[in-house]
Amino acid sequence: MLKILKYSFFDLVRSRWSYVYFLFYLLLSSVLLFLNNNISNAIITLLNVVIVLVPLIGTIFGVMYYYNSQEFTALLLAQPIRRRSIFMGQFLGVAVSLSLSVLLGLGIPFALYGLFQSNVIFDFLILIVVAIVLSFIFSGLAFNIALSNSNKIKGFGYAILLWLFMAVIYDGAFLIALVYFQDYPLDQFTLFATLFNPIDLSRILILLKLDISALLGYTGAIFKDFFGTLTGSLVSLGVLLAWVLLPSWRMLKVAQRKDF
Amino acid sequence: MYNSFVFFLLVIHTNLLFAQHQIIDVCKNACDFKSVQEAVNHAQPGDSIFIKKGVYKEHDIFIDKKSLHLYGEEGTIIDTDNKGYGFKIEATNFSLENLTVVNTKVSYTTDYAAIYLFKCYDFKLRKITLKNAFFGFLIEKSKNGLVEGNTISGSGSTEANSGNAIHLWDSKDMVVKNNQVFKMRDGIYIEFGNNNVFENNRSYDNRRYGLHFMFSNDNRYSHNTFTNNSAGVAVMFSKRIIMNNNIFEKNWGTASYGLLLKEINDGEITHNTFRNNTIGITADGSTRMTYYENDFIDNGYAVKFVGGSYRNKFHKNNFLYNNFDLSYSGGLNDNSFDNNYWSDYTGYDLDRDGYGDVPYRPVKLFSYLVNETPESIILLRSLFIDIINFSEKVTPVFTPENLIDQQPLMRKVEW
Repeated sequence: MLKILKYSFFDLVRSRWSYVYFLFYLLLSSVLLFLNNNISNAIITLLNVVIVLVPLIGTIFGVMYYYNSQEFTALLLAQPIRRRSIFMGQFLGVAVSLSLSVLLGLGIPFALYGLFQSNVIFDFLILIVVAIVLSFIFSGLAFNIALSNSNKIKGFGYAILLWLFMAVIYDGAFLIALVYFQDYPLDQFTLFATLFNPIDLSRILILLKLDISALLGYTGAIFKDFFGTLTGSLVSLGVLLAWVLLPSWRMLKVAQRKDF
Repeated sequence: MYNSFVFFLLVIHTNLLFAQHQIIDVCKNACDFKSVQEAVNHAQPGDSIFIKKGVYKEHDIFIDKKSLHLYGEEGTIIDTDNKGYGFKIEATNFSLENLTVVNTKVSYTTDYAAIYLFKCYDFKLRKITLKNAFFGFLIEKSKNGLVEGNTISGSGSTEANSGNAIHLWDSKDMVVKNNQVFKMRDGIYIEFGNNNVFENNRSYDNRRYGLHFMFSNDNRYSHNTFTNNSAGVAVMFSKRIIMNNNIFEKNWGTASYGLLLKEINDGEITHNTFRNNTIGITADGSTRMTYYENDFIDNGYAVKFVGGSYRNKFHKNNFLYNNFDLSYSGGLNDNSFDNNYWSDYTGYDLDRDGYGDVPYRPVKLFSYLVNETPESIILLRSLFIDIINFSEKVTPVFTPENLIDQQPLMRKVEW
């Protein structure tokens, strides 16, 4: 598995797209940091970009990589290698290279800016952790979609639909539910609804760490009460991990049975 | 004969005057008196008492209907040692200057104050430092006082066990200026007080409000700075308050705001700066207020109308980089928002007259939704919200139809 991971990883790291992706984050965060004196504001803007772009790139990249390396995969399948290692290796290769682009792209300017001395380091660490976890989640989901659809067009369609659902449609349905049931107590509901969407969960986790959380009012207080506790942190971490583990488990299961 | 008689009278009179203007020294040893209270008891009206430096463990120093001028020097400290009041004064034409009073008793039943004035007229409190105060200056039923250049700080940790730094109750024609008040409950509190002026004060780190008006009409506050209080200024149940050139900043927290207007009318709010507050101004039942040339910068909400507000006029204000420029509930009620500068405005000005050709809607759809369903604030910064805000901007459906700036300014107002 490690060999395949290594191969996929270096294959991707050498590719142009990884550089573009890395340079994009590098440019974005340097511009935000050096042209804007307020680190908190810079983190908020980065958050906006990260929670939209990381899932989008993760899904598209994952699907694209799977389809592009289909022939190579077929070659590997002919060798005496466990399927588990092949697919896990490829998935991790994609996820790790994407995470690395984000980590370096965001991390280098912040390190140069002298973030280690300031106390926003934790807010920033959460941003990076969230970006990495989102990369893993969405490339995993993308592999699932690609494995289940041999038709490329269909696969891409579903991938974009998945992103659209998580990033936009889910919040829309959420909002409609809130407005429709506004006569009922909704605190618990909002808490649960955010837990089930990794993008929403990531957004809230970061917002709660920033000054802007004061705007959330008493709803924010409920969230702070929950996520501030050990149980809350464990639950949110668990949910994010589940979003990584469940898709990879399904991917392996489907890959075992699939007739290539 | 007559002339010499007048001269004789004059001589006697000046002698008497000089006799009245005695200066009595108080110090720990080698002075006329060792305690302030004794000196006060022996002084004649019009005398001055000079309290030399040293720590005086005294409390409830009572000045009863004598015009005295008490002053100290650097290091003159009156330590009330957590027993009762510092000074209790009922007098006319007196002054306290250059004193330090420390450690006022904290009580849940009595308003112990470092300096308590009752029915005092024409007085001056200058350059007084109060530390560990419960109430600082508690001034009741007084008139024509000057409170200037004082520094007042407390140590209370909650609203209940701290008092107000400068508390005016039923007092008129007072001037409160150049004071610094911090770590108290309210920085300055006025109840039933008319025609008072508050200038150049700095009120910060207070548990509750920086400045608080209750049932007080015709007051003015200018050039003050209110920083990091639980809420900057609260103006409640008062009429004709003039507020200009103040700075409200960093009043940040889930229940904080820069300025609260509760049941007030006919006030003027000009040339103020609201920066980094969760809510810049909360207007609840405020009527006929004029907002002119204020800056709202980096606030959560710049202005929040809660309800029952009629005929307010916003004119030539700068709304810069606030999360929400305006939150509004209820009908338009003759409130107008014309000719302001909005940093979110994206219109154009073809005829170059300085006014945008496209009207601006200060209430975003999201701020409307949050008003209706407070829980939806949890979608803050979601992509979906940006999309619906944009579509609402293009074709308004939900936001109040007439709540509009017909002629938004293209350039920031310089004032």
